[in-house]
Amino acid sequence: MHKPLLYKLLLIGACMFAFTFALIPFYSVFCKLTGLNGKTANSSAIAATTVDLQREISVEFLATVDKSIPWTFAPEVPRVTVHPGEVRVVNFRVENLTSEAMIAQAVPSVSPGQAAQFFKKMECFCFTQQPLQGKESKLMRLQFYIDPALPAETKTVTLSYTLYRVVAQ
Amino acid sequence: MSTNEHSATAHTDHDHAHHDHKPGGGITRWLYTTNHKDIGTLYLLFSLLMFFIGGIFAMVIRAELFQPGLQLVQPQFFNQMTTLHGLIMVFGAVMPAFVGLANWLVPMMIGAPDMALPRMNNWSFWILPFSFTILLSTLFMDGGAPAAGWTFYAPLSTKYSGDSTAFFVFAVHLLGISSIMGAMNVIVTIFNLRAPGMTWMKLPLFVWTWLITAFLLIAVMPVLAGTVTMVLTDKYFGTSFFDAAGGGDPIMFQHIFWFFGHPEVYIMILPAFGIVSSIVPTFARKPLFGYESMVWATSSIAFLSFIVWMHHMFTTGMPVTAELFFMYSTMLIAVPTGVKVFNWVATMWRGAMTFETPMMFALAFIVLFTIGGFSGLMLAIVPADFQYQDTYFVVAHFHYVLVTGAVFSIVAAVYYWLPKWTGVMYDERLGQLHFWCSLVSVNMLFFPMHFVGLAGMPRRIPDYALQFANFNAFISIGGFLFGLSQLIFLAVIFKAIRRKGVKATDQVWEGAEGLEWTIPSPAPYHTFETPPHVK
Ligand SMILES: [Cu+2]
Repeated sequence: MHKPLLYKLLLIGACMFAFTFALIPFYSVFCKLTGLNGKTANSSAIAATTVDLQREISVEFLATVDKSIPWTFAPEVPRVTVHPGEVRVVNFRVENLTSEAMIAQAVPSVSPGQAAQFFKKMECFCFTQQPLQGKESKLMRLQFYIDPALPAETKTVTLSYTLYRVVAQ
Repeated sequence: MSTNEHSATAHTDHDHAHHDHKPGGGITRWLYTTNHKDIGTLYLLFSLLMFFIGGIFAMVIRAELFQPGLQLVQPQFFNQMTTLHGLIMVFGAVMPAFVGLANWLVPMMIGAPDMALPRMNNWSFWILPFSFTILLSTLFMDGGAPAAGWTFYAPLSTKYSGDSTAFFVFAVHLLGISSIMGAMNVIVTIFNLRAPGMTWMKLPLFVWTWLITAFLLIAVMPVLAGTVTMVLTDKYFGTSFFDAAGGGDPIMFQHIFWFFGHPEVYIMILPAFGIVSSIVPTFARKPLFGYESMVWATSSIAFLSFIVWMHHMFTTGMPVTAELFFMYSTMLIAVPTGVKVFNWVATMWRGAMTFETPMMFALAFIVLFTIGGFSGLMLAIVPADFQYQDTYFVVAHFHYVLVTGAVFSIVAAVYYWLPKWTGVMYDERLGQLHFWCSLVSVNMLFFPMHFVGLAGMPRRIPDYALQFANFNAFISIGGFLFGLSQLIFLAVIFKAIRRKGVKATDQVWEGAEGLEWTIPSPAPYHTFETPPHVK
């Protein structure tokens, strides 16, 4: 007599467990679409048509290396000042401190989070995996502009990269 | 608390050949029992034990914070103490206490002979000691117990946690299964076993609040299970749910955790509303004011609890629209909660009130829980929250709602129904002493935390700036006194279990109404085997 109700309740529980895992893809799609949480698009943008010479935006760069990978990683300049719409190139230097070949992937994050969707990357080393031979070093290229639609109250945008080791599957 | 004497008396006139729940002797009686009263007793005693263990951890925290600087423990151990204190009190003390009360009272209140699924009931209790043994055993392992806080934010619980994480996850899985089974049992019992004439709108409020709580449990305990599962696979099996390296996001952890976490705080307070709604009318000798509005208020609080979780995350960076939405939805909860408080006050209005210990705790609940609610409203204000976030103000807030709220209601419930369980009146003098000692010390303990929090003292840190020294010494003294006061409670319970006291009448309290007060005190081992008729 109690079984039908019990099974319904079990079903609710199972659905909620599944729902928890469904939240993960839902959340990343939601964040990508809205640019929330500093997630930037992972593909190249086309250049802007206008340059707003009236405004200046300070763009700061942070480079962090995860403890999983003994490399050095740093931007060539810590900060640049750009006009919205103006295309700029900034190089990041990486060096593999080990004598072993390794692959790395840089994961970007923009702060403040609301600025993420206005940070347009035309070319970025973070789109692909970066292999380095042992003791090798190289310059990695980032070409970007700030969308002129960036809200007026935002004067500083910080782009932070964390470099992670990619272990071949 | 029903002991072997029942096997001699209450059992002779029943035929139990086809049942497996005849109380045997010794330990097997408790291991194999499927009787809701036995299981209720087990839950309550277990939660009492956990209350003291979690309390000892709190004493370690307060002893370390008695003076600035590091005196007694290392920061890592301090973190283990805050983590275990939170986990034990939430999942080991408060929740099992409410389940114990539900076991004892729901069948008696709705005129049912037992819980609907008695064997599952046995199982859901006996999982708990294993779960908490696993959790507490981590204290003796290399690297110590989990130290990421009871909220176990990633990456603290994934990348930077010790090897005890696996034990922690397994313990949470077990207690989650236990809670879900307990909740299902409550729902099935209330749906299917109500006595004839016990219509929905005649259910005692304790039953109503527990029904809604049980639905919350079934909705969010699986989310907690999912969260710890992700922590487990992130740490040991190379997934990256919360790890940016693999495309995951640590903020995602907070979303999932608080999607569970906010309904969880209502799981710990809705049954308390039910308890206070039972006690206040008894000692005011008036029926509860606004019964129907109480039911609706409880339901709307439960619904709202699912759309406020991001108020825990205002400082993680979110669009202004989201901050406004979660600010207003959070404040909206004050409306149904206010309805309840006004109903309790209106119930007392012009009542013939007396102030026995359960009433004193219920009154303290109403005042102090409301203070906790007000500081919650302050925390809901986004710009203010940027200052309060992660300070002792937050600690003060949730201890007002959980200690002077949930715990006080449980203590009130124990005093209120103890005569029904044991058949003797508890020692009123000791009860009043316990109340006044607790009331004074708990406010010494938690009220000054508001001020040190506003002044910027961060939570979860074993050391603090010198300017907070006097306040913290005072808070710690309050903490020790509150801890000691609970020994009086222990003495009261011990005396009642030993049947030392005046014999209680069936109705116990002059103004008490409801089915549980129509049966003898102590409640016989089996009650309502033929359902009563409710007019
Ligand atoms: Cu909340």
